Amino acid sequence: MRITQGTFSYLPDLTAGEIGAQIQYAIDRGWAVAVEFTDDPHPRNVLWEMWGLPMFELSDASAAMHEVTACVQAWPGHYVRVSAYDASLGRQTTALSFIVNRPGHEPGFRLDRAEACDRRISYALHPYAADQPSGERYGHPNGQRG
Amino acid sequence: MPRPGAGPAGAEPAADGADAAREQLPADALVDLDEEGKALQISGLLERLDAEFVGLTPVKERVREVAALLLVDRLRARYALSSSRPSLHMCFTGSPGTGKTTMAMHMGELLHELGYLRKGQLVTATRDDLVGQYVGHTAPKTKEVLKRAMGGVLLIDEAYYLYRPDNERDYGQEAIEILLQFMEAHRDDLVVILAGYKDRMDVFFRSNPGMASRIGHHIDFPDFDVGDLMQIAERLLEQEEYRLSPGAAVALREYVGLRMRQPRFAGARSIRNAIDRLRLRQAGRLVAAGGQVSRADLVEITEADVRGSRVFGDGTQPILPARPGEPGLPVYPALLVGPPDQSA
Repeated sequence: MRITQGTFSYLPDLTAGEIGAQIQYAIDRGWAVAVEFTDDPHPRNVLWEMWGLPMFELSDASAAMHEVTACVQAWPGHYVRVSAYDASLGRQTTALSFIVNRPGHEPGFRLDRAEACDRRISYALHPYAADQPSGERYGHPNGQRG
Repeated sequence: MPRPGAGPAGAEPAADGADAAREQLPADALVDLDEEGKALQISGLLERLDAEFVGLTPVKERVREVAALLLVDRLRARYALSSSRPSLHMCFTGSPGTGKTTMAMHMGELLHELGYLRKGQLVTATRDDLVGQYVGHTAPKTKEVLKRAMGGVLLIDEAYYLYRPDNERDYGQEAIEILLQFMEAHRDDLVVILAGYKDRMDVFFRSNPGMASRIGHHIDFPDFDVGDLMQIAERLLEQEEYRLSPGAAVALREYVGLRMRQPRFAGARSIRNAIDRLRLRQAGRLVAAGGQVSRADLVEITEADVRGSRVFGDGTQPILPARPGEPGLPVYPALLVGPPDQSA
């Protein structure tokens, strides 16, 4: 099941050129670009691991693309996304966020039903991937951060 | 927001797309070099370079060659011959005030217009910006600067300060290594320009041979002669909207000749300082005279303003103003407002 978080997620995967063009768009608007990764696909998992610091004052997308490539290489089989922060509002506001790399196979989610007090039924979303410990979820046991 | 995939893919400059679209020529066809050059507007660019910079022949020559290579490469591409981007890292050496930093600032723009750089922005870095203060601090710091410079020019002014031979635990060496690695791996993305004085740069390269060999263009900036310096002075005055009286022009030429023989002469920078002091003396003269002034009075610099400089002294006066109370304090012309700077 293909997860759809962030911008462009209903489109086919972006090519490197398209990712570069989107990053350039963000840079041209004066947004700081950050690369983040995770292997927990839960929709409420909004705070992903940061790949280095956000990149401020870039002029050219190639620098950010370099980091995207490095992150994907270091964390294969992980979700990697690019976020662009718009600081013009005086607070850190995500202006653009899109997934640039995803695992080859995404097993999807199951719904867990639980009976709470007074026989009320509550439901929880459980990613099948989360059955495995972090780092081994998508068939790519991973060592140290690259 | 433009839809991804709707436009041309990638952040490549549009010129590349146009290149690919052009049909390939058979091996025996001929192309017109002049016409191709006109299309790229290279001659206009070189003329502007000539007009903006006085002297600096070796630099102009190198830029002309780089532009010519671009032109030839484009023609080669039409015959399906390979053409790789040349390494454009440069090292500018020369005496103080020969235009190294100024030229480096323009280089980004030039290379961008020639199509070698995607953005052409200039990022200036000194030792401070590259070298960290504790273990593990240098690499991220250097990389951040390099990332900012990608697509443009990274100017490292006085690059020899990066390397401190007297301290082997200095983090400068680490910065140099990262720099070298980036210069090699991202040749297409960024141009590194090292600028500094010739002798110290030579020492720097001797201790970092890898750096010298990775820089394709070692350009030595020649010293300006009197004619060049006069042209620079005239341009500066024009920019500031001042005019030399005929007598002042003669005096200024004499001044430049004298000043060049004095210690601590710093090329065009000395000329710029001298012009600042000319303005001071002119203002002092006008204020001292009082009364009504016309626009012409405000614009004109007279011979007396130029001759007021201590460079025209009888040679017995010290070049540096002595400390107050010490003997040998030079006698300033009465017109002068405040003590002059060291070199006039």
